[in-house]
Amino acid sequence: MQLDQLYQEIILDHYKHPHGRGLRDAEGGANTAEAHHVNPTCGDEVTVRVATDGSVLTDISYDGMGCSISQASASVLHELLSGRRAGEAFEVHEAFVELMSGRGQVTPDEDVLGDGVAFAGVARYPARVKCALLPWMAFKDAAARAGVGVSPEVKA
Amino acid sequence: MTTIAIPPGMPQYDDVPRYDVARVRADFPILDREVNGHRLVYLDSANTSHKPRQVLDVLAEHYARHNANVSRSVHTLGTEATEAYEGARAKVAAFINAPSPDEVVFTKNSTEAINIVAYAFSNASLRPDADPRFRLGPGDEVVISEMEHHSNIVPWQLLCERTGATLRWFPVTDQGRLDESGLDDLVTERTKIVSLVHTSNILGTVNATSRITRRVREVGALLLLDCSQSVPHLPMDVVDYDADFIVFTGHKMCAPTGIGVLWGRSELLAAMPPVFGGGSMIETVAMSGSTFAAPPARFEAGTPPIAEAVALGAAVDYLTGVGMRAIQWHEKELTAYALDALATVPGLRIFGPTVPVGRGGTISFALGDVHPHDVGQVLDSLGVQVRVGHHCARPVCTRFGVPATTRASFYLYTTTEEIDALVAGLEQVRKVFS
Repeated sequence: MQLDQLYQEIILDHYKHPHGRGLRDAEGGANTAEAHHVNPTCGDEVTVRVATDGSVLTDISYDGMGCSISQASASVLHELLSGRRAGEAFEVHEAFVELMSGRGQVTPDEDVLGDGVAFAGVARYPARVKCALLPWMAFKDAAARAGVGVSPEVKA
Repeated sequence: MTTIAIPPGMPQYDDVPRYDVARVRADFPILDREVNGHRLVYLDSANTSHKPRQVLDVLAEHYARHNANVSRSVHTLGTEATEAYEGARAKVAAFINAPSPDEVVFTKNSTEAINIVAYAFSNASLRPDADPRFRLGPGDEVVISEMEHHSNIVPWQLLCERTGATLRWFPVTDQGRLDESGLDDLVTERTKIVSLVHTSNILGTVNATSRITRRVREVGALLLLDCSQSVPHLPMDVVDYDADFIVFTGHKMCAPTGIGVLWGRSELLAAMPPVFGGGSMIETVAMSGSTFAAPPARFEAGTPPIAEAVALGAAVDYLTGVGMRAIQWHEKELTAYALDALATVPGLRIFGPTVPVGRGGTISFALGDVHPHDVGQVLDSLGVQVRVGHHCARPVCTRFGVPATTRASFYLYTTTEEIDALVAGLEQVRKVFS
């Protein structure tokens, strides 16, 4: 196994220096909702909070504890989706889920996924795919609770 | 080095039984394989053990030569299969010094064995004529500990929910030992059963049970010991331990998955109502009602895992051939070696006893703040197989304030070189996550 395919520098960077970490209250007028997801096999936990004015995801904040993959994934999620229109955000969400479900056979589009492309290597390790998806699944639930559209059903 | 003379008449160091580990390893085909380009270093035997050729051969031979259903056929194959199945029961009984093979109930695993006892309580509680020792209601108590595997927590939680009884537990000390200081307040006349892990699957602690047993007898409760991590690793004598029930599972002791054991005192098994209904567990069946077979058949409804039971018998033969005292000593030496070696790793914190006394060869630890998943992944890239996570003992993780741990566990085929490989691998983990 090529360990550096899994632990790409980008992932380790996000893990050691997470972006946008910490749950934040919404600024005036925005609607917020959150979802708490756990991975029962390893005990990893993440809470994702979505703030939205109804069309734009004004902030995505999160907190959690877990492995480098799950925590870096939350950091990338925040960076990619905060400030995006809901429709765009779900396109990115869908692309990330597709990448993670692809067993390493999907070539990611950097224009869509940004730092998320670093997780292409993770898709080859079935035991770790759930780690990478944990914050994204929590995001999906939080967004639905915040009343913004839900992307098509995904298989984790 | 000072030589300490052991007084004559006492057991001498030379008396310790030993075996050739290299020869034992040669019996386990899987130990020859590579993982990710490295020699396999399997340090996850507390999760499941590997199987020697002697067991694999018996499993294949059973299907190739003696396959038939048990306890119902007059034909030759059926007789052979039944003899093999019941022969395995006798071997298992002898292995744990059970007074009679009829005290050995074959189950799927330890979890099922514990559930059978819990549901026997449950069923007895619904029947006014049932043995009062198994009847539970509000005011009655069930006692477990904070260091249990989930399989010895959840069945009792569910039982207490169904019956209105109260679940209580022994706490765990900072050193990872069972805290018996509140024993007399915890185990009282209200206690109906104490169900306790003998060897912790996460801390490695081997619990001293004699004080607890004495108290259990004083108050007239029952004692179940979860020996899933004991029977594979040390000589078990149910008479000596004076337990009422013990449970263990085959796959952790060189046997296949799908076969476990509930041992119970015959008089208690006889007093327990059935749990699963079906074929083989009955005496007579009429449309108006049924009567039930004597134990162990009463608790073995349906076609059992025949070949797996026969292979468990072969595993017992194998372990007996190597010698359980010798295996226990080998693991004790490995544990002492590993505790010393792990102490050299900067930032490593062990959960559980840090001395090789009153503990087995299962060591859980944290490496700085590197998440166990990441530790396990880097070790796997070097061929080192450890378990990471909460080890189905989440309350222990909570007790020590961590979401998960990394766990290395040893068995009769483990070598000190493999422990060296673990320590070297941990250096690599530190490099990646520094």
